[in-house]
Amino acid sequence: MIKRKEKGMELIFLIAATVSIISVLLICIFLLINGLPAMGEIGIVKFLLGKTWRPGNEIFGILPMILGSIYVTAGALLVGVPIGILTAIFMARFCPKKLYAVLKPCISLMAGIPSVVYGFFGLSVLVPFTRELFGGDGNSILTASILLGLMILPTIISVSESAIRTVPDKYYQGSLALGATHERSVFLTIVPAAKSGILAGVILGLGRAIGETMAVIMVAGNQPRMPKGILAGARTLTANIVSEMGYASGLHREALIATGVVLFVFILLINLIFSIIKGKTV
Amino acid sequence: MNEIVAINQRTWREKIASYKKRPISFLILLTVILAMAITMGAFLFLALYILIKGIPHLTPSLFAWEYNTENVSMFPAIINTLLMTGLSLLISVPIGIGAAIYLVEYAKKGNKIVGLVRITAETLTGIPSIIYGLFGMLFFVTTLKWKLSLLSGAFTLAIMVLPVIMRTTEEALLAVPDSYRFGSFGLGAGKLRTVFKIVLPSAIPGILSGVILSIGRIVGETAALIYTAGSIAKIPNSVFDSTRTLSVHMYSLSKEGLYTGQAYATAVVLLVLVLLINFASEMLAKKLSRLSGGL
Repeated sequence: MIKRKEKGMELIFLIAATVSIISVLLICIFLLINGLPAMGEIGIVKFLLGKTWRPGNEIFGILPMILGSIYVTAGALLVGVPIGILTAIFMARFCPKKLYAVLKPCISLMAGIPSVVYGFFGLSVLVPFTRELFGGDGNSILTASILLGLMILPTIISVSESAIRTVPDKYYQGSLALGATHERSVFLTIVPAAKSGILAGVILGLGRAIGETMAVIMVAGNQPRMPKGILAGARTLTANIVSEMGYASGLHREALIATGVVLFVFILLINLIFSIIKGKTV
Repeated sequence: MNEIVAINQRTWREKIASYKKRPISFLILLTVILAMAITMGAFLFLALYILIKGIPHLTPSLFAWEYNTENVSMFPAIINTLLMTGLSLLISVPIGIGAAIYLVEYAKKGNKIVGLVRITAETLTGIPSIIYGLFGMLFFVTTLKWKLSLLSGAFTLAIMVLPVIMRTTEEALLAVPDSYRFGSFGLGAGKLRTVFKIVLPSAIPGILSGVILSIGRIVGETAALIYTAGSIAKIPNSVFDSTRTLSVHMYSLSKEGLYTGQAYATAVVLLVLVLLINFASEMLAKKLSRLSGGL
């Protein structure tokens, strides 16, 4: 009796453990089943490299959205990576303890702020700001990049900070003993030693930026056309799905799901790179 | 000016003199401080801006029982957020804990399933919420015919937070010293009894921290809910009714563009919620480190 109960519970635990496997399988299967036929119908090349997205005329080319996602993500990295890494260096090696006790909770709070709140902030502050400063209508790749750059800061900071903290103190002491200043020691010995951990943080931020939806949709303008410079609007893959799924049907709906498939493939690639880099650090 | 300075400590004057000799080091110091200032400046600006703009709009009528176009009350959205969080956790917490128990207590070394579970859990962590939303729409809403409902949304979010709960529980279980288990076995307890009476209770603070993290993600989620739970701003009668959580509520308000003030007010409520969640998890982390320090 007891034996049966033991075995039964073990089975239940096993089933619980397989839920994540089943979920990933289901996600893959359902996205592919619903997305691939549309790709076939439209033609993969036409779908991926088509420059026009006009669902009314059954023209579905998502190149503008792929480029939109890439530009916005690259912009976010340009904004977020330098600031993030330098802040992480400050927090790990320059920060007085008292200041750290304030900074650290602020960073984790920053990570917890919902993306709609960021989006709304972008809409009411950053959009008018870039409109005044650079012209254009403000809903642009630039605005989205700045906002996303802010949003990925906490990710990059916390991963980089812990990477920097794991570097053995010997490196730093050795450098000091050779007469280097504190700053020089940190930048020329500690940071290079932590570079793969920092890179992992950057890739994690990249994944967050490319998958971000709500904030981008509120500030990027969402015009489904080839991006024309950083002050013009653009539509990302994520924004394409959210802004049209509400009323789409038939091939249009399937094309949107296929957009999701493309995004999913991007994310899987990024995850793969991330786990390879992480594997190297451990 | 011959003050006594502790060993290895320099006075400001000495520091400045040293920086004068090495301007590049000084420049580096300035850049690092500047980066920190930008990060903090952006954060403080965002938080203060929303608080200042939002608090005046936090009128009692925004917390009225009913939502209608004249009074876009957020009260139903608050209730819905609570329901959504509760239901998602009800689904994901038992599964997550069960999975972690299997990984830590039952699986033998070299078990193939363990590797697969780890990889898939990591994959789930990296998937953006819009993909969860798409999947939830295709699977729960369309295939299982649950329509846009509290249930579809909760299941979608449950899958989303599952890896968080699994990972934190796993870490918490691994942190329980083996001597506890041996002690329990030595007293004649079976494996199951050991897990439930000895190991799990000592792992509870760690598990709770995972639950708090998950609450944060659920409360802030929008993209995964728009096409799974819908956006009807009413308190649902059953789990098969469409619901609108606070984040979705805020998105709808700002999209309509008519209720900016109310959207700011909603943002304030969301910010306060996030603050509370972070505070709770910090308290827990402190308690956790005190506990492990005592062992």
